[in-house]
Amino acid sequence: MSAFHPLFASFGGAIEFILTPQESNVTGGKKVGGLEKAIELTLKQLEVTVLALALALIIALPIGLYLGHRGKGELLAVGLGNAGRAIPELAVIALVAALIGVGLVTVTPALALLGIPPILTNAYVGVRQVDPATVDAARGMGMSELEIIRKVELPLAIPTVMGGIRGATIAIVATATIAPLAGVVTLGDFIINQSIYGENGVLAGAILVALLALTLEGLLALLQRRLTSDGLKLQTA
Amino acid sequence: MIAYLTTLIPAPLLAAVGEVGEGFFKERTSGTLPCQAKPNEVFCFDWAKENINRFGTPTLQQFELVLISVVLGFAIAFTISLLAHRRGWLRPPLLAATGILYTVPSLAFFFLLLPITGLGRDTAIIVLAAYTLQIIYRNTMLGLANVPASVKDAARGMGLTDRQILWRVELPLATPEIIAGLRIATVSTVAIATLAVFIGAGGLGTQMYGSGNLTFPTSVIIAATIAILMALTFDALLVLLQRFVTPWRRVRPI
Repeated sequence: MSAFHPLFASFGGAIEFILTPQESNVTGGKKVGGLEKAIELTLKQLEVTVLALALALIIALPIGLYLGHRGKGELLAVGLGNAGRAIPELAVIALVAALIGVGLVTVTPALALLGIPPILTNAYVGVRQVDPATVDAARGMGMSELEIIRKVELPLAIPTVMGGIRGATIAIVATATIAPLAGVVTLGDFIINQSIYGENGVLAGAILVALLALTLEGLLALLQRRLTSDGLKLQTA
Repeated sequence: MIAYLTTLIPAPLLAAVGEVGEGFFKERTSGTLPCQAKPNEVFCFDWAKENINRFGTPTLQQFELVLISVVLGFAIAFTISLLAHRRGWLRPPLLAATGILYTVPSLAFFFLLLPITGLGRDTAIIVLAAYTLQIIYRNTMLGLANVPASVKDAARGMGLTDRQILWRVELPLATPEIIAGLRIATVSTVAIATLAVFIGAGGLGTQMYGSGNLTFPTSVIIAATIAILMALTFDALLVLLQRFVTPWRRVRPI
């Protein structure tokens, strides 16, 4: 039991840091942390994540669905997904900050860039997996190509498409955590600026980031369940 | 386990592990090369030529981090996959548990472990290994599920026990999916391992991010290029491995 005591103390200190502002060694008596600051940084991280995710969706989802529908561009859609995983997110943030500039306007597209590969690849793969006979039947019923994508292929591909969106969200939240390096002060600020916030602040940042990521993932899992048609649920059950 | 694995690494490599980026980004401003005076220069070839040596140690550190993490992650994921294969009720909780580990952003994960394992390489290895679990576990289960029931029936009809069926029939047939998972896990680990700099575990991240939030594009580009090449090399080696262990089939890209 006693071996766990310091551990509880560390996490206790982190919780205290989140709830009430603490003395800092370097700010000259000015207190850091506290609930207000924690909420402000959480909202900032949420803002940049949602913006980047929206941008990635607007770009990648239509392209992925279209390529999947036409059955073209497999090399682009799948290759991009594989290549995207190899890009170090730290390098992206560092280069954006150094070469293009700091702030929300430059960081959001950079984060969106990291979200595009999983969304594009999964949308493509999901639509490709739809049984061609089903698409033929839809065409025979007189549906236009756009209707086929919207009413047949997309609903059937929802589990795969949502898998891509969840993957993109994980990548974007993770990279938004290092966005303070590029001037967007997210929760990662608590972690990166250890000298200001101290050990409690670092741990507090880590706890809040983890909670935020898990909450977003949970919400998307719920959304996926809502969007999946009842017929598909029966099939997989 | 990690302590044991580290004993397998030659001593000179271990000695090289640690923060190498201290003061690096300040140091470069004191240089005399013309392009160093321009902070926004995209790529400074003169600097690259003179300083290429400083990427050796971080590259080795990165390589070690990735290799140990993926081997450890694979050992754990493979074991829990076999357990879940044998006992079906374990599947949902294991999928959820590995999913949670995969969702927590790496930077936060490093520092959540800080009070427990402290700064340094062990923490980085635990986190990086934890990230590989979900992908390897899911792909192994997928591979095992894709083995046709008729094949298992035939094996049973030939008198194979459950254990023999697993090792001689199901796992060989699931190898393409297992290696596909391993490829994804390894490539992502190379990219994420650059963040190990924040927990003091070295790696190529030391050449991307310096103290005081200073960055030097030339150094970032070289380090990122090395990381991407390392990922591609690991990927190619795993493709070769698959060709080698599944001689009865042509490689099927997934």
